[in-house]
Amino acid sequence: MSFAVLLHYLPSLIAGFGVTVLCWSAGSILGLAIGFAVALLNRLPAPPLRWLLRAYVEILRGTPFLVQLFLLYAGGPYIGLRLSATAAGILGLGLYSSAYFAEIFRAGFAAVPQGQIEAAMSVGMTPGDILWRVTLPIALASTVPAIVNMLVILSKETVVLSIITVPELMYQMQTMAAETFTAFDAIFAMAIFYWLLVEAVSRVGRRLEIKLTAFMAREASA
Amino acid sequence: MRFDIILHSLGYLLRAAAVTVALSLAGIALGFVIGALVCAARRSGDRFLRRLGGFYVSFFRGVPLLVQLLFIYYFLAEYGLDVPAVVAAIGGLGLASGAYQAEILRGALNATPAGQAEAATALGFAPFDIWRRILLPQALRIAAPPLINEFILLLKASSLVSVVGIAELTRVSMNIASMTYRPFEAYLAGGMIYLAINLCLAAFGAFAERRLAAGGST
Repeated sequence: MSFAVLLHYLPSLIAGFGVTVLCWSAGSILGLAIGFAVALLNRLPAPPLRWLLRAYVEILRGTPFLVQLFLLYAGGPYIGLRLSATAAGILGLGLYSSAYFAEIFRAGFAAVPQGQIEAAMSVGMTPGDILWRVTLPIALASTVPAIVNMLVILSKETVVLSIITVPELMYQMQTMAAETFTAFDAIFAMAIFYWLLVEAVSRVGRRLEIKLTAFMAREASA
Repeated sequence: MRFDIILHSLGYLLRAAAVTVALSLAGIALGFVIGALVCAARRSGDRFLRRLGGFYVSFFRGVPLLVQLLFIYYFLAEYGLDVPAVVAAIGGLGLASGAYQAEILRGALNATPAGQAEAATALGFAPFDIWRRILLPQALRIAAPPLINEFILLLKASSLVSVVGIAELTRVSMNIASMTYRPFEAYLAGGMIYLAINLCLAAFGAFAERRLAAGGST
């Protein structure tokens, strides 16, 4: 691959990377929000609702992300859901990850010691206060490592969006490869690029993890 | 919705599901061999081998599977190697899964108490016997649940192989979608078959976990 070729395609590659970051961040935020809602609703004492949420999580975790995307993007219009490729990609990433995030939050809630809640009740805190000031801080702090791990996984999953023609980095790279007959060089560059990206995100994530959970370590040692 | 279309093409879908299961089985088996080798490298006394094993795990876990699969295809094409698509697909799945399985095995071996190997050494077991009779049985018991989990993940990941034209479950769903103009029903049916296979695997995993745990207590 000559340098001139790369320079010529640089703007579209940068634009593609922008779409990758957009899909990744928007999909993750959507997934975190839905996942959190699912985990919260799961705590309500309503068995039918719990079964429904269980089915939601199992279906999304038991089917391939690619099939979910096809169902949403190609099948969506047949049930009145007409989305652009990028919108379908973000929604798909959000729905897919929400099932995993819901499980992460569920584990976080389960990790809150019962004694903490009992103590809060005995000092007369209202249920809302207990949730906001006791359960959530402890639960969320314990989920940070798993959430960071999931975010790293999602950064890799964005590549699959290229298959439903979302103009993200992989799609732009394949367009360039097809137009210039540089498939091997392009895919080699992609492998190195994503490897460095994932390594960098993991490192930043680990830093963040240490910062966010520092108070837990302090409490444990105190 | 027209479910008669699904019923009509159910035979194709089930045959494709068998291909998906076969691909995943071959991928997980190849991945286990690679994983065991990489794990051995990461635990070896040689610093270079440890580095190499670490690099392997970092690279294959860091690069998206779709990029890896396309890389293998273009790599083979670039050097004029005429390999059947199925072989390349299994190779790609196995290489990627090997990195994850190496970590599963490493974790399981780390969880095996060091005293066990030391006691076996003290009793005069040969190094190979220590592996075969002491370390592996215990490590595999710990590794079994995450290995089943890895199999479920690989089965889902094998849907990406459709991109390079192998007639597995996702690809056949695509074909049915484009032949019948009913993508919603086609992908729904494909997805449900994946779900059914994975629920069976998860149930088998839970069963195996109970059996292995029972064996551990005696």
